[in-house]
Amino acid sequence: MFEIVERQELAQGTIISNWIKAPKIAAKAQPGQFVILRANEKGERIPLTMADTDPEKGLINIIYMVIGKSTALFKTLQTGDSFLDVIGPLGAATHLEKVGKVVCVGGGTGIAVLHPIARGLKNLGNQVFGIIGSRSKDLLIMEDRMQAASNELMICTDDGTYGHKGFVTDKLKETLEKNKDISLAVCIGPVPMMRACCNVTKEYNVHTLVSLNPIMVDGTGMCGCCRVRVGGEMKFACVDGPEFDGHQVDFDELNLRLRSYLPEEKTSYDQFKAGHTHKCSCGS
Amino acid sequence: MAEETKAPEAPKKEKIPRQAMPEQPPEVRRHNFQEVPLGYTPELAMKEAERCIQCKDPRCKQGCPVEVDIPGFIKFIKEGDFEGAIRKLWEKNALPAVCGRVCPQEVQCEGLCIIGKKDAPVAIGYLEKFAADYQRNQGRDVLPPKAAPTGKKVAVVGSGPAGLTVAGDLILKGHDVHIFEALHGPGGVLLYGIPEFRLPKAIVASECNYLEKLGCTMEVNAVIGRSETVDELLERFDAVFLGVGAGLPMFLKVPGEHYIGVYSSNEYLTRSNLMKAYDFPNYDTPLVRGKKVATFGGGNVAMDSARTALRLGAEKSYIIYRRGREELPARKEEIHHAEEEGVEFMLLSAPVRFTGTDDGFLTGVECLRMELGEPDASGRRRPVTMPGSEFIVDIDTAVISIGSSANPLLTKSTPGLVLNKWGNIVADPKTGKTMKPKVWAGGDIVTGAATVILAAGAGRQASNSIHDFLTFGW
Repeated sequence: MFEIVERQELAQGTIISNWIKAPKIAAKAQPGQFVILRANEKGERIPLTMADTDPEKGLINIIYMVIGKSTALFKTLQTGDSFLDVIGPLGAATHLEKVGKVVCVGGGTGIAVLHPIARGLKNLGNQVFGIIGSRSKDLLIMEDRMQAASNELMICTDDGTYGHKGFVTDKLKETLEKNKDISLAVCIGPVPMMRACCNVTKEYNVHTLVSLNPIMVDGTGMCGCCRVRVGGEMKFACVDGPEFDGHQVDFDELNLRLRSYLPEEKTSYDQFKAGHTHKCSCGS
Repeated sequence: MAEETKAPEAPKKEKIPRQAMPEQPPEVRRHNFQEVPLGYTPELAMKEAERCIQCKDPRCKQGCPVEVDIPGFIKFIKEGDFEGAIRKLWEKNALPAVCGRVCPQEVQCEGLCIIGKKDAPVAIGYLEKFAADYQRNQGRDVLPPKAAPTGKKVAVVGSGPAGLTVAGDLILKGHDVHIFEALHGPGGVLLYGIPEFRLPKAIVASECNYLEKLGCTMEVNAVIGRSETVDELLERFDAVFLGVGAGLPMFLKVPGEHYIGVYSSNEYLTRSNLMKAYDFPNYDTPLVRGKKVATFGGGNVAMDSARTALRLGAEKSYIIYRRGREELPARKEEIHHAEEEGVEFMLLSAPVRFTGTDDGFLTGVECLRMELGEPDASGRRRPVTMPGSEFIVDIDTAVISIGSSANPLLTKSTPGLVLNKWGNIVADPKTGKTMKPKVWAGGDIVTGAATVILAAGAGRQASNSIHDFLTFGW
């Protein structure tokens, strides 16, 4: 059992942050790696990239948006409650090195994934331009932590309630225009955002890392569910990724496969909301 | 074989035919996940056991990768001493309830049975299953004797048939055994791969429990290679056994494998078996419930997938295989069961591409007819495509079951291991010793995808070698 020792509701309760007791994972986790969580015996295995770790206290931090049955079930877990299973660290760690100037772009809960990478890059002495965005001011997360992980942080909201009114791609373009010597971009967020960012960085010929979030089951390479096309080749995001060269990723295919279970996800979530499915004794 | 074993003089009496296994009728079982064979009653088992003529030099035993004393355990059954039978089995096999169900007996023990020369061979598999089930159902803790503690610690990585065998052997020899499993439940392929209707999960749990009762520590959610490396394990353990399985599923490499509804058999079966997607939405993990399902491949895993599809509500379940019936690598019983349940075999057919809708849902597969040419390296006749023979099969689900390649997750993080060109661990075929000191390996990660009993056999060899090393230092 993996106990939640700290829990916060962010973005008006649509995004949840959990610090979970998992000392073995916390001791090993590197930026870019993920864990798989299962709430109870009947639960799905859900992959989430770690937003932070505290190896001394043996804690890992996950931040997720409530989008369906499984994440809604996660949300019911309070401080002191436990996940039945937490498996990790999984996936390849981000290759961090000093390259000079880097731009780190995060959207939505992608900011959580971006955070340890940006911090790692900054700690190595890179000059980090941070760009984070959300639909609206209330939905923006981790501004303080991204502020600390960046040399300069830019904020965008779609509705203009905070920072620049518009998409992160506007600020990305502006930053690349002003800093022709940027040699690395890390863009993490919803698929359309990552695709749009890659289109911009391609114009400037800047190497771009993205972190993909395909559907997974085991997370150790065994099932092949998370297969993605990168540079024309089939890759498994759980072992070959989750980070890939964004200019090589087939986002259409990723998007399509992310929609595999839309009807089932709806059935499951509707039942959950109606309160009919959760009958186990996990305490939630 | 140089000469046939001389059977003792059989008393003249009425010949007993091989006792049929009571089974769920096909039209019933194709709609449920309960086990197909219902098991022998004690009476049936004792009657079948009488058919064994207790050869002095039993050939059946030579056909068993773990050298079970087959006439020995059958004799106990014949005499009605079922506890004696399970003790005899346990001497050589930590997993009798599993092996009785999933071993390809027809090419192993039963394939060599003398009785089988003129009649149907003794039903060794059914008897093994009977002995194990009888003991389990009695709920008695008949534990074999354990040697005095040696103070030596062994890490077993992977809780599939190879790992469980190593653990079962070494714990009895007095060593301290710690099993690491990457998934959230123990059993490896026995848990995630083989369906409930062929190997009930309660049995897998019971076999794993038995090891825990003997004193093995079972740690789930431990992905060795990521959560801890082999070198780190070597700091805490005197020996490490790697039985992590084959790992990465192979795909056909034809266009359209990204369509929604295309699965690897690993994913399809894992969703159904481990995650219990057949009970969605009671369980949270979904699975596309196709009406027309095609499984590509001809092994046991393909049969399992095609039969799972029927139980998930498929109206049509096809096996599409590029060679002929004779070449199907699956156990005969599985092929027979699949056909009885209504699985349709499209033999000598190979997929060329998948078709789908604009929004990504699978609609069909285009195939080519094949004919068999000259034998290839495997000794089987090589299938050759017949140009212009294209045909389309309408399907909404495809399950690709053409094998697995080595998962690099553990091997990549373990310096000193030597791998072959396919990424499998190089290990001594007699001892399981790898090129890395204090590290042994066995099962699919060494041989590539094979059978449960071969993995168990490799586990047996490795455990002997590990025991020698821990006892004598070599």
